[in-house]
Amino acid sequence: MELKNAVAGTLESGDIMIQIGPGEGLQVELQSSVAAQFGRQIKSVITETLQGLGVSDAFVKATDKGALDCTIRARVTAAAVRATGKDVWK
Amino acid sequence: MRNTKVVTLEEAIRRSGLKDGMTISFHHHFRGGDKVVNMVVAKLAEMGFKDLKLAASSLSDVHAPLIEHIKNGVITGISTSGLRGELANEISHGLMDEPVVFRSHGGRGSAIANGELHIDVAFLGASSCDELGNASGCPRSENAKSICGSLGYALPDAKYADHVVVLTDDLVEYPNVPKSISACDVESVVVVDSVGDSSKISSGAIRDSKNPRDILLAQQAAKVIINSGYFEDGFSIQTGTGGASLAAVKYIRESMIEKGIKASFALGGITAHMVKLHEEGLIGRLIDVQSFDKVAAESIASDQLHQEVSAIEYASADNPGSAVHALDIVILSALEVDVNFNVNVLVGSDGIIRGAVGGHPDTAEDSALSIIVCPLLRGRIPCVVPKVTTLITPGAGVDVVVTEYGIAVNPRRPEIAERLKAAGLKVVDIHDLAAKATSVIGVPDPLPFGDKVVGIVMDRHGKVLDKIYNIVD
Repeated sequence: MELKNAVAGTLESGDIMIQIGPGEGLQVELQSSVAAQFGRQIKSVITETLQGLGVSDAFVKATDKGALDCTIRARVTAAAVRATGKDVWK
Repeated sequence: MRNTKVVTLEEAIRRSGLKDGMTISFHHHFRGGDKVVNMVVAKLAEMGFKDLKLAASSLSDVHAPLIEHIKNGVITGISTSGLRGELANEISHGLMDEPVVFRSHGGRGSAIANGELHIDVAFLGASSCDELGNASGCPRSENAKSICGSLGYALPDAKYADHVVVLTDDLVEYPNVPKSISACDVESVVVVDSVGDSSKISSGAIRDSKNPRDILLAQQAAKVIINSGYFEDGFSIQTGTGGASLAAVKYIRESMIEKGIKASFALGGITAHMVKLHEEGLIGRLIDVQSFDKVAAESIASDQLHQEVSAIEYASADNPGSAVHALDIVILSALEVDVNFNVNVLVGSDGIIRGAVGGHPDTAEDSALSIIVCPLLRGRIPCVVPKVTTLITPGAGVDVVVTEYGIAVNPRRPEIAERLKAAGLKVVDIHDLAAKATSVIGVPDPLPFGDKVVGIVMDRHGKVLDKIYNIVD
């Protein structure tokens, strides 16, 4: 699947900003205020969400401000839809 | 022979007989606006002192310059109520070889009085002082540059330190009355450009919340108080500095007016909220160890029923005369509460020190009803947890925990749970709150603590309560 660069989310508290672009395999670079305790969980939510959307090659830069998993899934999905042009909500 | 006490800072230090290895002390009444600690320690460094122990009533973001003095060996020990900002971050990462000793405000007062914390030289900032050393946190002349109100945390230092230096930015004509610190306790007076920026007193922990969740929590806390059995004519109350606990005062006020109930006194850090209720006749007296904003500081300067007290008179555990023993209700905030009602207000859930013990354990233990107000989650950070990161206030003194998902009552207080249930409030098991938090955020990985002790938490009776380890990035 061809990916364009795309962004979803904000840097507000409780949100996460997902920047996605072309890559080989799924690479996630995470910056998080709760990295020590939740970094592992956040990365796995991001990769699982992308895999669920059929995205297997992408570079993701995630800037997290304490987002919950539901928020992370929503932002990753929105970023993936913008990057792939494939609307998963239809 | 007058005027002999007024000297330069360097001369005051020289006269004090301060030597390497001794303990110097400071108060934190200017909070985020304090200028005394940095000024004095810079001078001590310049004069070549080493290995000094700094005993502050508290430290905050503005004290980041201490990092260099610690690295250079000028300061090798710290005792305080709190640490914030870059200094706290560095210390959490292992900056100091000697652990920081944390005490509550009452615990510090007791430790100074019983000699456990011996102060060699106290450096105490004051908004007005005469040439003999009668000092006050209130302005007394047209030239006044600052105002901090109560000097409650400085009074044990003034009384028990071997040598007392008052720093002031307004030297006034003798006699400076009413005084907080007596000239009889003061050896030197130093006139400086500024002891503190009063506009920054209400920065840091204190905020006036417009956050809808804080307002919901405040309304719930007010309902708990009103239905607790302690809300009757002549009750007494203290509020902490959290947004929700301050906002709760607003709702309690409405109920007091409606029911015709008046409070005998409000205690602790006094805010503009409390001053307003006092001026409206709803609170008889204000007992003020620390004026939390300019309104409170101006009130203590002009109102005889707004009384300054020392940290010992406020919250000492071993002095039966301390005011906390007469306190009915206290509303407090928390970084974390655990399923045994233990509270942490000092160490963040990232393992980094970011708060202050304050009067939390003092008031929780001695009040008739202690209420902790905190959200279930702050972002992804849980506030109700299986076990607190650091123990500050033991659960035995904590009665009620108010969250937006329900109110938990300590099983030691079944009568309060019954009263709240009868009033239709949502009383839940604290284990259910912790489980609810976990269901939303998952189970956090353990924090990467190292094996170096960076902090020791003393309880208010002088025993070691907990240890804080360094955090590894």
